[in-house]
Amino acid sequence: MSSIHQELVNIVGEDYASNRREELFTYSKDLGTSQPLWPEYVVAPKTTDELQAVVRLANETKTPIVPLGGGMTLAGLALPQQGGVIIDLKRMDKILEVNEQGRYMVVEAGISHGKITSYLKKNHPNLMHSEPGAPPAATVGGNLAIHGQGDLAHPYGFNTDMVNGLEVVLPTGDIARFGSCAVGSGWYTMHPLPDIGLFLGWNGATGIITKVSLKLYPCKKFRENNMFVVENEEFVPDVLFEISHLGMAEDLIATSSEIPPMMNRLHYISIINTGDSEEELEFKRHMTFDVQLAKYIRNGVGGIVSLYDERSRPQVSKSADWKKGGGFEYVGAIVPVSFYPECYRRGSEISGRHFIPYTVLGRVIGSCHSMMFSWSYAFNRADDATVKHARDALHETDELVMELNGTIWKPAIFGQKLMLERMDPGALRLMKEVKKILDPNGIMNPGNWEVD
Amino acid sequence: MNLMEYKYKDMIHRCFRCGYCKFPTDWSDITNCPPYARFRLESYSTGGRLWLIRAWLNGELEWSPNLANIVYSCVGCKNCVEKCPHSFNDDVVNMIIAAKTAMVDEGKIPKAVGEFLTNVQLHGNPYGMAAKRREDWMEGLNLEPYKGQEFLFYVGCEGSYDTRAQGAARATAKLLQQAGVSFGVLGSQEISDGNEVEMMGEDALLEDLAKKNIKMFTELGVKKIITLSPHSYNVFKNRYPDFGGEFQIYHHSQILANLLKKGLIKAPEQADARITFHDPCFLGRWNEEYSAPRKVLAAIPGAAFAEMGRNKKGALCCGGGAGNFYTDFLGGSEDSPARIRAREADEAKANILAVACPNCLTMLEDAVKVEGLEDKIKVRDISEILTA
Amino acid sequence: MYELKFDPDLCMACDTQDCLVKCQHMDIDQEAARTEILKLAGGEDSFVLRDCVTCYACEEYCPNGNHPFYLIVKMQEELGMFPLPDPLVKSGVQVGIPFRGEPVIDEMEGTALNMGVFSPLLGRVAGSKLFEGLPIISHDSRKMFHYFCQLMYLHYGKTSVINERLDGIIQTLAAHGAKEIVHFHDECYGTYTSYAPAFGIEVPFKSIHLFEFLYNRLLELKDEIRPLGYKVVYQRPCSSRLSSDKHPFVAKIFDLISVEYMDREYKDENAMCCGATILGQKKEGSRVYCAEIQKKNIDDMKKAGGQICVFNCPACMQTLGMPVSKAGIMPLFMSDLCRLAIGEKVG
Repeated sequence: MSSIHQELVNIVGEDYASNRREELFTYSKDLGTSQPLWPEYVVAPKTTDELQAVVRLANETKTPIVPLGGGMTLAGLALPQQGGVIIDLKRMDKILEVNEQGRYMVVEAGISHGKITSYLKKNHPNLMHSEPGAPPAATVGGNLAIHGQGDLAHPYGFNTDMVNGLEVVLPTGDIARFGSCAVGSGWYTMHPLPDIGLFLGWNGATGIITKVSLKLYPCKKFRENNMFVVENEEFVPDVLFEISHLGMAEDLIATSSEIPPMMNRLHYISIINTGDSEEELEFKRHMTFDVQLAKYIRNGVGGIVSLYDERSRPQVSKSADWKKGGGFEYVGAIVPVSFYPECYRRGSEISGRHFIPYTVLGRVIGSCHSMMFSWSYAFNRADDATVKHARDALHETDELVMELNGTIWKPAIFGQKLMLERMDPGALRLMKEVKKILDPNGIMNPGNWEVD
Repeated sequence: MNLMEYKYKDMIHRCFRCGYCKFPTDWSDITNCPPYARFRLESYSTGGRLWLIRAWLNGELEWSPNLANIVYSCVGCKNCVEKCPHSFNDDVVNMIIAAKTAMVDEGKIPKAVGEFLTNVQLHGNPYGMAAKRREDWMEGLNLEPYKGQEFLFYVGCEGSYDTRAQGAARATAKLLQQAGVSFGVLGSQEISDGNEVEMMGEDALLEDLAKKNIKMFTELGVKKIITLSPHSYNVFKNRYPDFGGEFQIYHHSQILANLLKKGLIKAPEQADARITFHDPCFLGRWNEEYSAPRKVLAAIPGAAFAEMGRNKKGALCCGGGAGNFYTDFLGGSEDSPARIRAREADEAKANILAVACPNCLTMLEDAVKVEGLEDKIKVRDISEILTA
Repeated sequence: MYELKFDPDLCMACDTQDCLVKCQHMDIDQEAARTEILKLAGGEDSFVLRDCVTCYACEEYCPNGNHPFYLIVKMQEELGMFPLPDPLVKSGVQVGIPFRGEPVIDEMEGTALNMGVFSPLLGRVAGSKLFEGLPIISHDSRKMFHYFCQLMYLHYGKTSVINERLDGIIQTLAAHGAKEIVHFHDECYGTYTSYAPAFGIEVPFKSIHLFEFLYNRLLELKDEIRPLGYKVVYQRPCSSRLSSDKHPFVAKIFDLISVEYMDREYKDENAMCCGATILGQKKEGSRVYCAEIQKKNIDDMKKAGGQICVFNCPACMQTLGMPVSKAGIMPLFMSDLCRLAIGEKVG
């Protein structure tokens, strides 16, 4: 038994620290196409104190640490690039406070989104948080570490725009708090203190998020998926613009995919309308279809596919098993909504080259301020050739995003390099300095957002 | 065994490890897979287990005692089957059981599992106790041996041998007597039903037990069977037909609900009782019987009933399935499923934690004690509540 | 390619013009009706092509056995006047493309049950005494589009798609070898007994309407029927207009299982479309019109005192099931109602 392992056992107890091959194997694998990368230890702390002790140990011994939430990025962002300790944070999952009138909740960052949705539904049915387009086992902390977006992206933006306060364990093991909670005033706002938040979107390379105050939003009683379809991809940006003018939809997503055939070369726009009454819903349907989109219907170039379909939360996705292969990975990019047509066309070409039925999706962020556009590539986990095709397609797509002047979201290491190559030198220098100041020993998820 | 010989070779890679299988029906926590709740490392989740099994079978990973422990920590509660959204969900638990079979075939099983299986094989019960001790529970009850009565009351190993579970067996027998039900028992002739050995991957032993039981039941002229344990209910109902054993199977909760409905037994008033019910996996998720035990409890005058947050299809298993009541891979922690469940009963403000399974009874009774809740919560089989 | 057998002389000689006069969705007097139907018969444009909501009803209203609805649909396509926006047409046409491998042709004799494109509803028939002994065609939902009768494209102005694909579908069905086929959905029945003959498409098996089959089967099981006593209303689907001779079985079944068939405005010939196809139509105001007729229909069911709304068509069920249920009326397939009547549980 190595001394680091013994130290970890001393901190979290024997059950929650392992250097056994089975645990290391499990944590060496990402769900996407990444090649396995093995940690030396896996540890699952229960409290911030335990986590601090683990981080201090790592810092003293210069052992790399990789924080892990739900492990759902698919891009290998929680694989240990340089070995070391994987810290599975899912035991830190308490709900600490819900302030109903102030519309926020304070949680430990290892909590799953599914648990939050369930808890609010049961105890505060008039409140909701933005649930990412990932399985409900995805964690709050993980999602913030990658600048996730969720099903409230259209009205309220990125999930990282919905943070009212943050507690972070720094690479030294010290704790820092940001927002009103930093001055002991409760967890109700992030502003107006000087901006020193350097932890969102860093893949855990600057610190480990332990507590979060999440903004909550009004949750209406009824939630329905209204589906509109166009054939010409050039119409999609305008359709989204027209709908976003209303400021009524809760979520706004355009999709197209080769399979099933019904979706092939057609663009389905899912408009989530909500209401506390049928009157409210009907008003929204009326404004959406009889007013904003009427011109498309009249001209025969856009049509209502379905209305009234109840939308449940959390959403359950079966997309991982397309073609009975048990795998897929996607490139997500943040792009202007106007990029949709080009992204779709070029993406379906890449898919075609790799014999993968194309699947694309664009989720509107803000009032059409941007869009998360994703290109998904399915593979068969038992067939290496298909995994390679998917991996190559992902790399080509990363390059495509760069060519189109998009911004890759939660890029894998390959994509991070492409982004850093193009980054403004001033920003690059600052990133490097920040990382050096916060993490002088370079132990925090090394390899991620690393400036040479 | 290698991957090509494995029954689910074309399926096991399809698990994405998306983690739906960790949740209960209402998504309230990621701890509804008992071994994952206990250890909270991905290797102990259903997905982690399937990936490990595949890696073992395709030679990526060598067998180790830790691997066997991880595989055998699966209690067969079927929560994963319930929650997996994919089209192969029905087989998720079967993939794990088949891996246990592969380990049995190669003799690579944890020691406690070996003991369990050997005891069943040699003594007809997992405790390795003598057949004549099977009659201990009947003492003073004046029960008839089975000889053509309407029902055979099959008590099973736990109800026969475990001193706590014997209480449930006695209470059930008394109620059947009170109601004038025509039934008999097998006494020392009874042997294990085979449900657990199958869940532990010992197919051949299941077949052996099933054939012996079917032969005995048939020779005695048994047509209808009442089981104390949902585990017996499950294997008799769903597996024995594969070996030619077609009987009408009833779980004692179904019989008791019916006797109450007909007025043949009467539930005693319990004005101060606040009861919650823990669904046994082999009655609930395996056989979709959620209403019979609740009907029994609803018939108790004066008692209040409160569901725990996780119930019916979403119930958290006590952790005793697939032989774990004996092998105890999930014990020894405040995160042991039975202890979580005891705390949930407390959160529901129950003073009676009702069960309908001798395994759950012993698991939860121990857990309530360890949690220091024994003054607040009594763990009772539904039959014991009716005879209180 | 197949041509519609339509006889303009029958329209010339017709003294009712019921096809258009009785239309619930267009207000046309007899004189205008005569003008418009003759225009269509002569291959000319008519406002009817734009205003038709494609409810099939005129096929039934026609007293001469001519095919006014098939004619309208054929003309819509010929003149490029599709009732639905182009992307909906494309989407609809693509829905029917099989994409999950070839079907397994299990051979069978005698009579079989064809689930068509509704194999996901298999659980509603499999194991029921009503269908005991009937081998099932299209039991695998991955292969169901190989059994899709295609008639849905009458709503899309696409007879060409039906005519292109139907031969293949018929061949697949026939390959199973059953001499008689009971169709779970009466749209399939309509395809093989009305549409196919109207276009001269050969069908090598005999089709049996589900309701006729259910009625006869219930007669066999008469001793097991327990009177249900519910007050029921019936949502008659558009496809039923192609087999109006079988519509009386609704009343006969209800009578046999002792449910009260409630009178209401939208009954029998005056049945109201579920609206599924109207929702997305190009014509201005279609969405609101759809919502209005759905409301009228459900209000009418309530007024009639229906406890149960019996459905024939799964598409109607999908469209109206939820609002019917919200109105306090239990939606139920006819086959499920019959199962209840013989003491079976319905999930």
